[in-house]
Amino acid sequence: MNAAVFFQQLINGMSLGSLYALLAIGYTMVYGILRFINFAHSDIFMVGAYSAFFFIVIFRVPWPLAAAFAVCLTALVGVTIDRVAYRPVRDAPRISALITAVGVSSFIENLGLVTVGARPKAFESPQFMSRVFHIGPVTITGVAIWVPIMTFVLLAVMMYVVYRTKIGMAMRSVSTDIEATRLMGVDVDKVISYTFALGSALAAAGGILWACKYPKISPLMGVYPGWKAFTAAVVGGIGSIPGAMIGGFIIGLIEVMTVAISPGLSGYRDGVIFLVLVVFLLVRPTGILGETLKEKV
Amino acid sequence: MASQNGAILALDSVSVSFGGLVAVSDFDFTLGKGELVGLIGPNGAGKTTVFNIITGQYEPVRGKVFFRGRDITGWRPDRVTCAGIARTFQNMRLFEGLTVLDNVLVSRHSKLRSSMLAAALNLPGYVREEQVARTKAMELLDRVGLMDLAYTEAGSLPYGQQRRVEIARALAADPEVLLLDEPAAGMNPEETARLMEFICGVRDEFGLTILLIEHDMKLVMGICERIRVIDYGMSIAEGTPEEIQGNPKVISAYLGEEACEYA
Repeated sequence: MNAAVFFQQLINGMSLGSLYALLAIGYTMVYGILRFINFAHSDIFMVGAYSAFFFIVIFRVPWPLAAAFAVCLTALVGVTIDRVAYRPVRDAPRISALITAVGVSSFIENLGLVTVGARPKAFESPQFMSRVFHIGPVTITGVAIWVPIMTFVLLAVMMYVVYRTKIGMAMRSVSTDIEATRLMGVDVDKVISYTFALGSALAAAGGILWACKYPKISPLMGVYPGWKAFTAAVVGGIGSIPGAMIGGFIIGLIEVMTVAISPGLSGYRDGVIFLVLVVFLLVRPTGILGETLKEKV
Repeated sequence: MASQNGAILALDSVSVSFGGLVAVSDFDFTLGKGELVGLIGPNGAGKTTVFNIITGQYEPVRGKVFFRGRDITGWRPDRVTCAGIARTFQNMRLFEGLTVLDNVLVSRHSKLRSSMLAAALNLPGYVREEQVARTKAMELLDRVGLMDLAYTEAGSLPYGQQRRVEIARALAADPEVLLLDEPAAGMNPEETARLMEFICGVRDEFGLTILLIEHDMKLVMGICERIRVIDYGMSIAEGTPEEIQGNPKVISAYLGEEACEYA
């Protein structure tokens, strides 16, 4: 593999990794606060892509506006899922929430199959995404450049919200001690709603960008990206937001580089990622940035 | 004997049980405005349970809780805090990863009127409110002598200072009633003496009503005007420190340990 190919694959890997990062943050935020894996998160990603699709194709809304609407709508869907499905089992053992999440995921996927059909739909990505750039011997598509750029902007906004605002401060205190936060006069349910809104908005953005990159959307499109983003969250350290970002890029790079280095393995690209998941769970279950969980008394 | 006149907080024959275990039964209690009252009893007597009932963490199976004459039984803990009852914890429970200032601000934020959305978008009204909140938080940190540690991670502070952060955090909610759960736990006699002075000081300064749980009899006898003793979830005595020290029921509850030592 020469330098040019390596550089090209590096960009491809970063581009794919940034999508995983966007999705991984939702897993890690919900885990950090509620200590369960929101399996429906991968379906939120799909809802984001479909919402944008419908705004563009049916309502003929211009692309940037359609993306913005879709992100807002999906955030609302995320909040609704929490209200309807997770809040009632908030005080139940965590395993109940986990099983509920599996159920919600299955429900959304099947609702998608019934309503929009299993046949994939072609997603119209905007002009600037499909342009091709040539830098010396390296050929880069607009998507490969725009996706990481937009991701970085979104991640910066998200970091600002979490580390610099009142709501972010409440999110961090809820993730440390939910009961103590309540006793400081904070309406914890509201904080959790905002967490779902933020995580779902990022997942929607990820879904839309994913659809620009792989312009075929289907109700099950979220399943594999979801599992890989979950792997990314585990690798980075579940519960840690910077960890989810780092994990996302690592997983994206591993996936792309595996195929680039030995094309014979391309059929195993998903398998390799899950191997990483298994290895991390065995060797370092707290991930790169995760801390050992202290059980609270 | 519900909300008596002059009582800021009243518990009317409150009972709580977990499974078959009765943790607190038929507990009557009133707290007058501006009082400093101690709640004592052997380990496992139900003292913290009483706190948890007042703050809404536990809902009593029987009985009612009144705050300023208003029935607050079954209110969510955040509503109770916003209404004016703040607490500290036996095992502290600071937000360890947050800075000292942020710990205080989390609590102060319940007083802000701007919506979370306005906060996320940094609207001007919110920015102004936030500035006021920060100033207030810094004043409180100054009051507990931790201003120069405002930007330190709370979890990295030594024990005694963490206790003071906790009190500042509780005060940031602008409470009328402050519940202190073993504030002197783990302190040496010198620190305890300073804490006593501090508690009396903030009570006068902020016009607080204080109910405290404490095992350190010197502290309890030294600053409380009235003491309530519970054992096995039931009230066994109430009175001035002198009366309590001479009360045979109390002495037997403590099996002649601490109570006799100071009698």
